Amino acid sequence: MTMIADEGAQELRPRSELTARELLREVGSVLRLSEADAAKLGDLPEDPDEDQTMVINMGPSHPSTHGVLRLMLELQGETVLRCKPIIGYLHTGMEKTGEQLTFMQGGTNVTRMDYASPLNNELVFSMATEKLLGIDGDIPERAQWMRMLLSELNRMSSHLLFMATNGMDLGAVSMMIYGWREREEVLRFFQKVTGLRMNHNFVRPGGLAADLPPGWRDDVLRILDLLPERLEEYDILMTGQPLWRERLQGVGVITPSEALALGATGPILRSTGVEWDLRRHDPYLRYDEVEFDIIVGSYGDAFDRYAIRLNEIRESMRIVHQILDRMPEGDYRIQDKKVTPPPRARIDESMEALIHHFKIFTEGFKVPEGEVYVAIESPRGEIGCYIASDGSPTPYRMHVRAPSFVNIQCLPHMMRGGLVADAVAVISSVDPVLGEVDR
Amino acid sequence: MTDTPEEQSEDFSEEVEAEVPEPEMFGCPMTESRGQLVLHVARDRYLDVAKQLADEGYAMCVDLTAVDYSEYMDRSLPASVTPERFEVVVNLLDITHTRRIRLRTQVPETDATVPTLFDLHPGTEAMEREVFDMFGISFDGHPDPSRILMPEDWNGYPLRKDFQVGTIPVQFKGAAS
Repeated sequence: MTMIADEGAQELRPRSELTARELLREVGSVLRLSEADAAKLGDLPEDPDEDQTMVINMGPSHPSTHGVLRLMLELQGETVLRCKPIIGYLHTGMEKTGEQLTFMQGGTNVTRMDYASPLNNELVFSMATEKLLGIDGDIPERAQWMRMLLSELNRMSSHLLFMATNGMDLGAVSMMIYGWREREEVLRFFQKVTGLRMNHNFVRPGGLAADLPPGWRDDVLRILDLLPERLEEYDILMTGQPLWRERLQGVGVITPSEALALGATGPILRSTGVEWDLRRHDPYLRYDEVEFDIIVGSYGDAFDRYAIRLNEIRESMRIVHQILDRMPEGDYRIQDKKVTPPPRARIDESMEALIHHFKIFTEGFKVPEGEVYVAIESPRGEIGCYIASDGSPTPYRMHVRAPSFVNIQCLPHMMRGGLVADAVAVISSVDPVLGEVDR
Repeated sequence: MTDTPEEQSEDFSEEVEAEVPEPEMFGCPMTESRGQLVLHVARDRYLDVAKQLADEGYAMCVDLTAVDYSEYMDRSLPASVTPERFEVVVNLLDITHTRRIRLRTQVPETDATVPTLFDLHPGTEAMEREVFDMFGISFDGHPDPSRILMPEDWNGYPLRKDFQVGTIPVQFKGAAS
């Protein structure tokens, strides 16, 4: 094995060590700016003397970096000239671990990546596995609608967490308590359904781990009754407040072309006015059968991203109402002996069922050779799962396209020319989950 | 309209008679994997094809990763593609027509270098760094070819198949031994 030495430092390098071209490339999508936008760069103090600037570290244990994100900022006075996110502090090799675990166990691994929306992680992994197995068309109706219910509730809990942290980051500290209070309502429902508040491993290849518990409908209705007035309170507390708007409007602006070039998805892309939501444009589960609106912004600033997430909670509630009306009866998982364990009652009466149960939980099931990439809309954008299978019960390669990992590249562009005090607002508006960034 | 399907089916049957008309796009063999389009691009045409696809509408590079196929050097690929140890896998997305295409490029172990897509899709910056970090595949022309997730002084490439798990001793402080 040839070893190639490390080719560069991870840190933000001083200007004196960079050529002009490198400096320009470090700014990334500057290459793609329109002429009008490029002319505006003249407003920035380009290429200042090195004794005029200062490179400071923000993080990795800063309270508003959402975990262990470290930013190196080059400042001139209070203006951010350059910014470099340095990640990897939470890297635990989950993609390597994914190669050791069977497709049956894989859910426990991927669910820990984006810990704010675990059910979406499990869903994309299960959907990729099902596509490889060729059973993606045979998943029972009830399983599809249950998956949608959980996915939308998870979107709500994730956005409520964003409301909490975004408020906290910007000084509306009581908002943190309110956001968590509402999120807790959703998590309590998850606990009732899956047994856990987070890291559920509930969506599994072939369907779900269990059926919905008795009384689930009342619990969901209670959340749906509770949330609208709470969201109204958020509007009073934040949306309409001049201070809140001052802190967010015009901060961290990104253009549609920049967002597309940087591969940004989810609320960041939609805040620029690009209408792109996989639930609508590339429908999976039964999203083509429910009505909902895609919320888009127009300025691409932090306020748009806040408003999009707030209104996406309302849209998710709309979807959940429709799911409640249409939830069919039936099986919650595919009855394929090679993929899902037999019903518990069968194990007591049938030797074959016992053997199947044992084999599935010890060896796992074999997945035919092939490779697929499946993408769904997570609260943070497009989460994709690329699996290459060699016909064994473990994936040969399991890669997760984490939306936060890609979205975090927008930070240098959003912060450029802004104030260091706005850096916190910008990080918060990207809403990265570091567990997913580092995997 | 009514004539077209018949004509197409006739064309298809003629092609079958002519034997082995490998489906292709921009001169690269094209296959389907579970209904998803896969384009097998030679390394020297990688940038060129990505550019042409971007002009076709695949303007967004959603994912870039790699696979170490060292255990399956005899895997099935189109006849004109020579299997190599590594494969760089690029997923492109066309948001105007909602279609996806996947590029698979063979990268030999002895010369694990691929041209960077950074100039075309700046969003691949972090992903290419991750592939470099995890597989040791260099991206020629990348503005910041450094490790991204592992520490800078790390030895080896963790997602390669010959990097075994459990080789790094783990110390549990304060645990009863």
